[in-house]
Amino acid sequence: MTTDYYKKHWDEVEWQDGDYTVTRTTAWSAPGCHDGCGVLYYTKDGKLEKVEGDPKNPFNRGSLCMRCVMMPEVVNNPERLKKPLKRVGERGENKWEEISIDEALDIIEEKVRAIWRDYGPESIAVHIGTGRDNNDVIPRMAYCAFGTPNFSMGYLAGDSCFCPRSASMASTNGDFMIADMSQQFENRYDEKSTEWRCPEVIVNWGCNAVVSNSDNFFGHWIVDCMQRGAKMITIDPGLTWLAARSDYWLRVRPGTDCALAMAMIHVIAEEGLEDKDFVSKWCYGFDELVERCEPWTPERAAEVCWVDADKIREAARMYANANNAAIQWGLKVDQTTNATATANAINALWTITGNVDVPGGNIIIRNAFSQNLSYGYGWHSLSPEVQAKRLGSEFPLMSRAGYSSSAHADSVLKAIETSEPYPIRMVWMSATNPIANMGADAPRLYRALKTVDFVVVHDVSLTPTAVAFADLVIPAAMSPERNSQRCWWVPHRTMKKVCDSGECYSDTNIATLVGRRLKPENWPWEDEVGWINNILSTESDEKIPYRNFEDACKQVWAYPEFQYRKYEKGLLRFDGQPGFNTPTGRIELFNTNMMLWGYDPLPEHKEPSCSPVSNPELAEKYPLVLTTGARSFEFFHSEQRHAHLTSRELHPQPKVEMSVKAAADRGIKEGDWVWIENQRGRCRQIATISLALDDRVVRAEHGWWFPEAEAAEPNLFGVFNSNINNLTPQCENGDTGFGAPYANQLCEIYKCTEENSQDLPSTHVTRKDGYSKEMDETNGDVKVGVVYNG
Amino acid sequence: MANALLIDYEYCTGCHACEVSCKKEKNLARGQWGIKILTDGPRELPDDKWEFNNIPMPTSLCDLCAERLESGKDPSCVHNCPANCMQFGTVEEMSKEVAKKGNRVIFVPVV
Repeated sequence: MTTDYYKKHWDEVEWQDGDYTVTRTTAWSAPGCHDGCGVLYYTKDGKLEKVEGDPKNPFNRGSLCMRCVMMPEVVNNPERLKKPLKRVGERGENKWEEISIDEALDIIEEKVRAIWRDYGPESIAVHIGTGRDNNDVIPRMAYCAFGTPNFSMGYLAGDSCFCPRSASMASTNGDFMIADMSQQFENRYDEKSTEWRCPEVIVNWGCNAVVSNSDNFFGHWIVDCMQRGAKMITIDPGLTWLAARSDYWLRVRPGTDCALAMAMIHVIAEEGLEDKDFVSKWCYGFDELVERCEPWTPERAAEVCWVDADKIREAARMYANANNAAIQWGLKVDQTTNATATANAINALWTITGNVDVPGGNIIIRNAFSQNLSYGYGWHSLSPEVQAKRLGSEFPLMSRAGYSSSAHADSVLKAIETSEPYPIRMVWMSATNPIANMGADAPRLYRALKTVDFVVVHDVSLTPTAVAFADLVIPAAMSPERNSQRCWWVPHRTMKKVCDSGECYSDTNIATLVGRRLKPENWPWEDEVGWINNILSTESDEKIPYRNFEDACKQVWAYPEFQYRKYEKGLLRFDGQPGFNTPTGRIELFNTNMMLWGYDPLPEHKEPSCSPVSNPELAEKYPLVLTTGARSFEFFHSEQRHAHLTSRELHPQPKVEMSVKAAADRGIKEGDWVWIENQRGRCRQIATISLALDDRVVRAEHGWWFPEAEAAEPNLFGVFNSNINNLTPQCENGDTGFGAPYANQLCEIYKCTEENSQDLPSTHVTRKDGYSKEMDETNGDVKVGVVYNG
Repeated sequence: MANALLIDYEYCTGCHACEVSCKKEKNLARGQWGIKILTDGPRELPDDKWEFNNIPMPTSLCDLCAERLESGKDPSCVHNCPANCMQFGTVEEMSKEVAKKGNRVIFVPVV
């Protein structure tokens, strides 16, 4: 069947289609996502009418997930903010006055200069959410406009989204590594024109890749590879679609992935399945690793992980025996206090099997055209004295060793609560909604943020976070309203503005406006295009094929050259020698960087603090293991929640998944509203019954708030009513500072009744100062068993 | 010759892209769909495997994007499908295609 329409316009980036103007570009934020797919925007009379996948773009090859397809609904959502707002009532009353951007900038400038004078720039904290077109821009605003070292994600405990894995990879390999699905080649799956070969085996570990699309990895690439013969192993407590299509589904107990990985290493070493040539030439510490994993027989791991020992053995063999195999890992590796060790153990698996930087393995990847734009963008504009004040300096791997490029989110929270080591007087939040989404112990966060003198929220609509805390709200531009460029692995991409929705500001735009007010010497450009031109002309290497935004938009994307086995070719180290960019020049299975900073250089399993094993007394009261945050196709975190959107039509209410037996034992049926409760607090979601879940494990959703409900307190969009983060802790991290137990808690579940639903969590938190009040001085967390009495 | 929609249900992940693409293309109201995903499972099989299949099924509102076809475009569901598990063509073409592997089905919404 002919699709000659797209071929006809193949060499164009903009054309007319009847009344529509069609623009070829890429999309990113909002909707948020970790990917940056190629899109065709259809606009008419300055309004976005339709979006479809760009068949020419090699990243998504014409396809598009529902969140970009439904983008016109969200862009044209009447609930969007169109003018800057200034709070006129009390915080939480939802009373606002529209003001001009100049008035907003006046207020910001006055507050910032007063804080500089009275406290110092470090008393300003700046946050973003995750995976949006501000990963580099907003950090630069923190460092180069406010002069503060305190940029972090919005109270994401333990920085537990990719940061633990990236620190592990940086310290072990000297580089980041990703599963190779040919994404680095413009010709993609064409094996004739590239060296790429389809992985024989793909391991999907701790993320439902086709839903989450995490870490700039388009999850359906796995499906492409399955269609080209790849076999699957899935490691997940839940039966995902990929798990059902896998030769081995290892139904791991939440928080025990490190033990599982160590058992797989044990099997590989015991049976001599390692890549002996690669290990002898390119690894440091193989014998020490094997010795450390020696006690971790599959039988021992079976007891810890609740996975059949033979399945562990067989999966390890299948992975190790494959000619080439790729591991696509995800967030659940990070969301345990044992994140660093878990990531090191999984990194060791692809290393000892020789799946390093080979076709269809795990490849070493850097940002296209040497753009060094990330959380550290602009950091070097700060003096060493100011840099040293970054919160989280008590964790040397993060601070002194430089393996973190943000402040430690839990430490920012503690500074707000205690004014130690100094007070936080101002918080700026761009596209982050922490009390609805990423902030663990949301009630604790609510109390803390209420005490901050000055809060600015930059978002597309009013959120619970904006209503509860903001003194100023700046409307954010959505993806088709942004001129931008994207730096995240490959390819390099541009985003072109095609429409406007009132007075909305992209991150690039607002950062420039704020920067030119406060430190004009750091902001020599006048607008977002000026900034992008500066990046393309002075902050990219000479191989980038365009040097200004206008030219970049004609090309939309550009792929840098890619080579496999860079370690053999002297392409990784600064001295140009073969080897990896580590102290030993090898991949450090025995991690000398970790050792230098006083940490265990080898992986080891640690039991989650709240588990049936570590805390049987607590488990008597709360017998179910709780994991949280599994992704849905319909939402990116707390986005797309407005009731009239197609996302809510498909997914109207929050869901908690439990086994047939777990539900029956509690008299719970499919579709019942249930309370999920533990020693910290409770929330309500709708029970959904699974035939595939372990009877001892439940999975609850995150990110829920109800824009259709009353915005003002005490209801606050119902944000605490279904918030699973009423049950998760802040300030419980691994010894590296990385990792937090979002995905391994305990809970009990019972049916909602009229009688037990009188005291709703939102009222309980906003009016009765409820949940997580009594702090344990020894660890800064809530005292176990004393809090919930609602 | 009528046109047909081929679904390879071995690879449909149930991602809703087809449903929403159709809804946007046809500007359908809440509660209305031109294609709807039907799901069977997950259900355990005797051999420790799992039955878990999705099939996007065209509804009576589907005209296989006649308007798009006229301008040389493919149906919007096929166009955006992230799993590349949908194909479109004449009944004759799809009849040949469907026999190339298992777990496939063809729909002929209109003749």
